[in-house]
Amino acid sequence: MRYLIPLVLFLVLVVFLAIGLTRNPDDLPSALLDKPAPTFRLPQLKDPAKTFSAEDMRGKVWVLNVWASWCIACRDEHQYLGGYAKSGAAPIYGLNYKDRSENALAWLGELGDPYVLSAVDFDGRVGMDYGVFGAPETYLIDKGGTIRLKHVGPVTPDVWNKEFLPLVQQLNRQ
Amino acid sequence: MTRLSLLAFLLLCLLSSAASAQVQIPDEPSDDPAVEERLARLSHELRCLQCRNQTLADSPSSIAADLRREIRTQIKAGKSDQEIVAFLTQRYGDFILFRPRVRPTTYLLWFGPFVLLVGGLFVLFRYVKQRRDAIAEEPLTAEERRRAEEMLRS
Repeated sequence: MRYLIPLVLFLVLVVFLAIGLTRNPDDLPSALLDKPAPTFRLPQLKDPAKTFSAEDMRGKVWVLNVWASWCIACRDEHQYLGGYAKSGAAPIYGLNYKDRSENALAWLGELGDPYVLSAVDFDGRVGMDYGVFGAPETYLIDKGGTIRLKHVGPVTPDVWNKEFLPLVQQLNRQ
Repeated sequence: MTRLSLLAFLLLCLLSSAASAQVQIPDEPSDDPAVEERLARLSHELRCLQCRNQTLADSPSSIAADLRREIRTQIKAGKSDQEIVAFLTQRYGDFILFRPRVRPTTYLLWFGPFVLLVGGLFVLFRYVKQRRDAIAEEPLTAEERRRAEEMLRS
């Protein structure tokens, strides 16, 4: 009995710490979930004379992927993005975040371009409106322009299949 | 061996600096000390989301510099502290605040310690009372007193 209480307290602590270890520290509750995607109009990476706006995507379910050539995790994620784009589930648009366009273009040239197009957010101001604090971050936006999902960190096939795809299919039916 | 590892280390430093060609817009402090003072006060209360345990004021990261620049712009535009904090929490959530807001999800955080304190005091008082009752002296009976006096006399 004398040793039972400390033992139980210890075990409770172990359980809480074990749960804590399995949680992803990047998994912050997004303030923008189920809110309208912030509007922007930015030049396109491959054709700076043209612009791209979130408004252009009204009526479509689409994915906005925040990336940069300096971002190491983006390189990791990039190998999968082409596959997601080819599957035709949802068009993937890039937001080239705080990057130099020459580096970004070289990166796409080297690794391939999975994006319909990328918009240039040179100073990160649009990223700020989207609550970006590090790349890669990925948003799923519905036909009405509402953010339905946000993922911080690389969208691995596991994340894509379990979180994005079911929601994309559901949103496309609406 | 050590020379080789040093070389590898230097090479790694070089590579990582080449890889992190992130756009850095330099900080331009305002000439108005009042603006800078408000920026310092606000940014000490706000978390750098990339580095988690640093404030926006202390963090050298690029996103922290961007947010400081944005706060400075908003101060110059005549926004109140509440408006600026609202701007940030709309985008980054309450997590950006180092002082959590009092709301149902944070009740445990705010009031939990006081509940523990009251509970602890209750347990302490009960324990002390139990002990006092256990060691309280019972008065001697007449027979015991007679025997004690007898012993003292002899």
